[in-house]
Amino acid sequence: MSNASANLIALKTIWIKECTRFLRIWVQTLVPPAITMTLYFVIFGSIVGERIGTMSGVSYMEFIVPGLIMMSVITNSYSNVASSFFSAKFQRNIEEMLVSPVPTWAIILGYVGGGMARSMIVAVIVTCVSFLFVDISIAHIGYVILTVVLTSTLFALGGLLNGVFGKTFDDISIVPTFVLTPLTYLGGVFYSVSLLPEFWQNVSMANPILYMVNGFRYGFLGQSDVGIATAMWVLIAFNVVFFSGAYYLLEKGKGIRS
Amino acid sequence: MTNALEIKGLRKVYKGGFEALKGIDLTVKEGDFYALLGPNGAGKSTTIGVISSLVNKTEGQVSVFGYDLDTQLADLKRQIGLVPQEFNFNQFETVRQIVVNQAGYYGVPRKLAHQRSEKYLKQLGLWDKRDQPARALSGGMKRRLMIARALLHEPKLLILDEPTAGVDIELRRSMWDYLTQINKEGITIILTTHYLEEAETLCRNIGIIDAGRIVENTSIKKLLTQLSRETFILDLQEGHQNIAIDGFENRWTDENTLEVDVEKDVGLNKVFEQLSEQGAKVLSMRNKANRLEELFVHMVENGRKQEESNQ
Repeated sequence: MSNASANLIALKTIWIKECTRFLRIWVQTLVPPAITMTLYFVIFGSIVGERIGTMSGVSYMEFIVPGLIMMSVITNSYSNVASSFFSAKFQRNIEEMLVSPVPTWAIILGYVGGGMARSMIVAVIVTCVSFLFVDISIAHIGYVILTVVLTSTLFALGGLLNGVFGKTFDDISIVPTFVLTPLTYLGGVFYSVSLLPEFWQNVSMANPILYMVNGFRYGFLGQSDVGIATAMWVLIAFNVVFFSGAYYLLEKGKGIRS
Repeated sequence: MTNALEIKGLRKVYKGGFEALKGIDLTVKEGDFYALLGPNGAGKSTTIGVISSLVNKTEGQVSVFGYDLDTQLADLKRQIGLVPQEFNFNQFETVRQIVVNQAGYYGVPRKLAHQRSEKYLKQLGLWDKRDQPARALSGGMKRRLMIARALLHEPKLLILDEPTAGVDIELRRSMWDYLTQINKEGITIILTTHYLEEAETLCRNIGIIDAGRIVENTSIKKLLTQLSRETFILDLQEGHQNIAIDGFENRWTDENTLEVDVEKDVGLNKVFEQLSEQGAKVLSMRNKANRLEELFVHMVENGRKQEESNQ
């Protein structure tokens, strides 16, 4: 058997293992996002949204749907990989991979693939939930797919980096709580940045999540607070940087080899 | 014959400056059953860690069946099956998932991995437990699971780091039988253990490591020929505490038990002659310590003295 096909089998094995893991605990991994997003739709969309009226020319409910889906994608891809990789480190079953000839890229793609699979399933669930509240039309399906794939990859890579650096279970909850959640809420999920004063608009431009939410919103509604090309390049650039960082750290054995 | 393992000048200095390996050289022939012995902290697990690439070496060369650790790492890894000291599988996965996934990491197609899982889980008495999560297994079963997992990609070299630690005697014996059988089938085995009896029973060759240095690397037979003295414990009938044995170091451990040190070339006859002359009746007799254990302590002490004198 050639090295290439052996490596592909290894990659597929890690991916299946990761998918089996989150599907085995589906009550913890797939149900909570559905409940949380339903509450968002009910509270922000139906109750508060009706009083807000329209935003960027569409109903408030329609405006927040892409952002809420994206929020689920970000949270789930990140937490899936961070917790799975850290648990593997903690239980030392990461050694199963380290002693075997699995190349570093396959370990990264296997874990990232698992995070992506979970975030895609959650995205589908949240989208289905949103159908209960609003009729959604998709303006550019290509951008919807591209944005969601790039975003889930990016945050899965982010979760992997967190898992590599994490030394305690606290370490893997610090970034989602103190970095990810504020950036997501300030990334234009619930409002258009054009409503902010100029200074805060400029500050918002430094938030990478703004580009993801707007790229995704462009796919759904055909409108965005930022240039769509800029949004895609920002996403691609972050993916390259995060993948390179993860590759370097795993090759070096950071946190996993003595 | 090819060397299964060749180590030259291996050094490992951990962060903080602790030198766990001080330039060890070691060769294990293909087909050998080799024991690596040493006290706690001697460097056994670090050596195994470097061979299996879990520990980054500081200096030196390692090759397994001719594959170099630095330049042919993937090929080297394919030759090795590792059974670590601690349970390091996902406790929530089933027995079959654990072994099949491990085979997948080595590029074994899933269908073949399932076939092999049946073979090895049956051989190790775990087939009935295949769909149970690993956390539900007993300690002995978990040990066997780690052996099955290490064998699924059919390695040429099996490395076991204290595989029978905490295992009851019956299970230990059955594991010995299994390891002996797979060694006869051609798998080279390197074993670290604290049970010297285990090394003496199973292994043909032995390396003694202490404080990061190999203090002995030879065959068990040759090693045992170095043993010049044995201690025998004699249980005597009551009422003979006043007897004396000339020409042998001896001591009473209680009122009826006498320990006698006997040089190999002298033999026991003279001891019994003197006991008979004094009317002592010997009820039973046994060796005091495992012969290998005595040698092991002696060698480790010598190694330390030599190191101290070099400093």
